[in-house]
Amino acid sequence: MKLSLGPVQYYWSREDLQEFYRQVAEMPVDIVYLGETVCSKRRLFRHDDWLETARMLRDAGKEVVLSTMALLEAESELKTMRRICANGEFPVEANDMAAVQLMSAAGLPFTVGPTVNVYNAATLKVLAEAGLIRWVPPVELDRKTLAAILEEVPQDVETEVFAWGRMPLAMSARCYTARAYNLPKDDCQYRCLDHADGLTLRTREGEPFLALNGIQTQSALTCNLLSEVGVMRQLGVDVLRISPQARHTAHIVRSFADALRGKDQHPDMERFMPVGGCNGYWREKAGMRYSQS
Amino acid sequence: MQLVCPAGNLPSLKAAIDEGADVVYLGFKDDTNARNFAGLNFNDRTLYQGLDYVRSKGREVYVALNTYPRPQGWKRWQAAVDRAADMAADALIAADMGVLDYAASRYPDLPLHLSVQGSATNYEALKFYRDRFGIRRAVLPRVLSMSQVKHVAENTDVDIEVFGFGSLCVMVEGRCLLSSYAAGQSPNTHGCCSPAGEVRYEETATGLETRLGGVLVDKVGKGENAGYPTVCKGRYDALDKTYYAMEEPTSLNTLDLLPELLGAGVKAIKIEGRQRSPAYVRQVTRVWRQAIDACLNDPHNFQPRSEWMQQLGAVSEGQQTTLGAYHRTWQ
Repeated sequence: MKLSLGPVQYYWSREDLQEFYRQVAEMPVDIVYLGETVCSKRRLFRHDDWLETARMLRDAGKEVVLSTMALLEAESELKTMRRICANGEFPVEANDMAAVQLMSAAGLPFTVGPTVNVYNAATLKVLAEAGLIRWVPPVELDRKTLAAILEEVPQDVETEVFAWGRMPLAMSARCYTARAYNLPKDDCQYRCLDHADGLTLRTREGEPFLALNGIQTQSALTCNLLSEVGVMRQLGVDVLRISPQARHTAHIVRSFADALRGKDQHPDMERFMPVGGCNGYWREKAGMRYSQS
Repeated sequence: MQLVCPAGNLPSLKAAIDEGADVVYLGFKDDTNARNFAGLNFNDRTLYQGLDYVRSKGREVYVALNTYPRPQGWKRWQAAVDRAADMAADALIAADMGVLDYAASRYPDLPLHLSVQGSATNYEALKFYRDRFGIRRAVLPRVLSMSQVKHVAENTDVDIEVFGFGSLCVMVEGRCLLSSYAAGQSPNTHGCCSPAGEVRYEETATGLETRLGGVLVDKVGKGENAGYPTVCKGRYDALDKTYYAMEEPTSLNTLDLLPELLGAGVKAIKIEGRQRSPAYVRQVTRVWRQAIDACLNDPHNFQPRSEWMQQLGAVSEGQQTTLGAYHRTWQ
C-alpha cells in the first residue's frame, strides 16, 4: 500500500504553502495531490506556482497529481480547470464531472476524488472506459460496501481511501466563512486565511460538529482510520490518503508510514486533531461517531 | 415551458393534474428515490391507477430513480429501471452513472433525465452525461445564479429544468453528506435527508429542542415555530455568537424570475415537495399554472400577483421565501 497527501483544503498564505511543501518533499508519502479544490477566489498561489511545486516534488521522487475544483459554476472556473487538464506533464484528479469530461475527451488518464459520486462497480466501469486510473470513494462509504465494490473493481484501477482528516461533507454557492463575519461573498476579505484548519462550528451544547471552510462544510471531527490499515490491506485498498492540516501533518504521515511497515504501535493520535476524532462512516454508523468495533 | 409537479401519493398526483401540471414526477416505495419516507410513493396498484389518470388527461409521468445504489442494492435499482420501462414512463430521472448506463443500454427508447442529485452544475459535466448516456434533460442544482443558469443553457443542447418552488437545498444536491454525518443516512445512499427515526423533539424548561442523531440542531422559545431538523437549517455557535450558520428555515420561490428563466431557454420548472400534503401540491400547482400561463402570454409585462406570493408564502417552510442562489447577494 502507498500513502498519499490530498490537496490542501484550506486557504494558506503563499509562504505557508511553500514551507509546507518543502517539508512534504522529505515526508514518506508516495503521491501528492496539488491545487485549489474549494474556492476560485483563493489566488495567492497561481497556476505556475502549483506547477513549480509539482516539479520540485517530482524531483524529490513523489508522484504528483494536479487536483481540480469540486464545484464549478462560473466560466472563469471552467477556464482554470481546462488549463490544469491541458498541463501536459502531470495526471489530473477530477473532483467534478467536468474534469472527467475534459480528460476523457482528450484521451488522458485521470483520477477521481471523493466528490465524484462512485457508489458501485457499474459506475467504476463507466469511468474506467473513460480513462480512470484511481478513485477515492465518497467519505460516507462503509467498509462492507467498499469490500463489495472491490470484488468487481476494474483491472488497473487503484482504490484510495480518505484515511485521515476533516472530511469534506458539502458545498454551497454561499460562503459560510464570509457569512460568519456578516460579509457578502463578493467582499469576503479572505477571512479563510484566518482559519488554517477551518472554523469550528459547535452546537449550542458546545459539541464540536462541523467546520466551515469557505463554500465547503467539513466535519469538525477528524476521520482517523489508522487502526484499519491491516483491514484495508486485506480488502485490496492501494492507497491511503492523508488530508493536510496546518499542524502535525509530518507526525501523522510518520504514524501511517509506521503502520504500513507493520510496526505494531498505538500512538495517541488525538493530540494531532483540531477537536477530536471519528470513524463512524467506515463502521456503518453516523459519520461523526467513534466506534471501537 | 413545462410545469413539473411532485406526486408523493395518488391524491397529490390527482391534485397536480387537476390544477394543470404538465408532468408529475413520482418514485417507487423504496430507497431507489430521494424521498424515501414512510407512507409516501407508489406500489404497483397505485402506480397504474395514477398512470391511467395522467394519461387520460393527456399529461406525462416521470419516474425518479435518483439515489445511488451500493452493490448490495444494485439488483433493486435494476428492477426499478425495468419497471419504469415497463410502464413506458415519459422519462426516467436518474443520478448514478451505473444506473444511467444500464438504462441507456437496455432501454434505448426510454428518455433519460439527469436528476438534480446528479450534481451537474456546468455544461462540461452535462456533455459527459449526454455523450455517454444520451440524456435529454438535466435538472440543475440550486446553487447557480440566474446568469449562470443562462450560461449553462446557452452552452448545451441538453434541455434545462430548474427548481421554481419548495424546500431550499443550500448545498449542491447529490454531494451533501450532512445528514449521514449526523444520522447515518443520506439522500445519496438511503433517499432521505434527516431520517425520521433519528429526529427528536424535546420540551425543556427553556424551550423546545430539535435533534437529529442526538445532535442539537435548534432550540426555539415559546411562540417560535420549531422546524423539522435538517442540519443546514440549524442554529449553532461560532465566533462567539449563536446563529443560522448556513441558512434560515425558508423556501425557494423564483416566481419573480419567471420571465428571465423563460428568456434563458429553461424548458421546465420543477416544484419540490413529494413529502408534502395534497393540499400543498394543489395550492402550489394552481399558482404556478396561472403564473406560467401569464408569463407565456406576455413575458415583458409579467408581474407576480400579490395573492400568488401570499398563497405560496403560506405553504413555505418558516413562512418565508427567498430567491436563493439565483440572486447573487444571497451567496
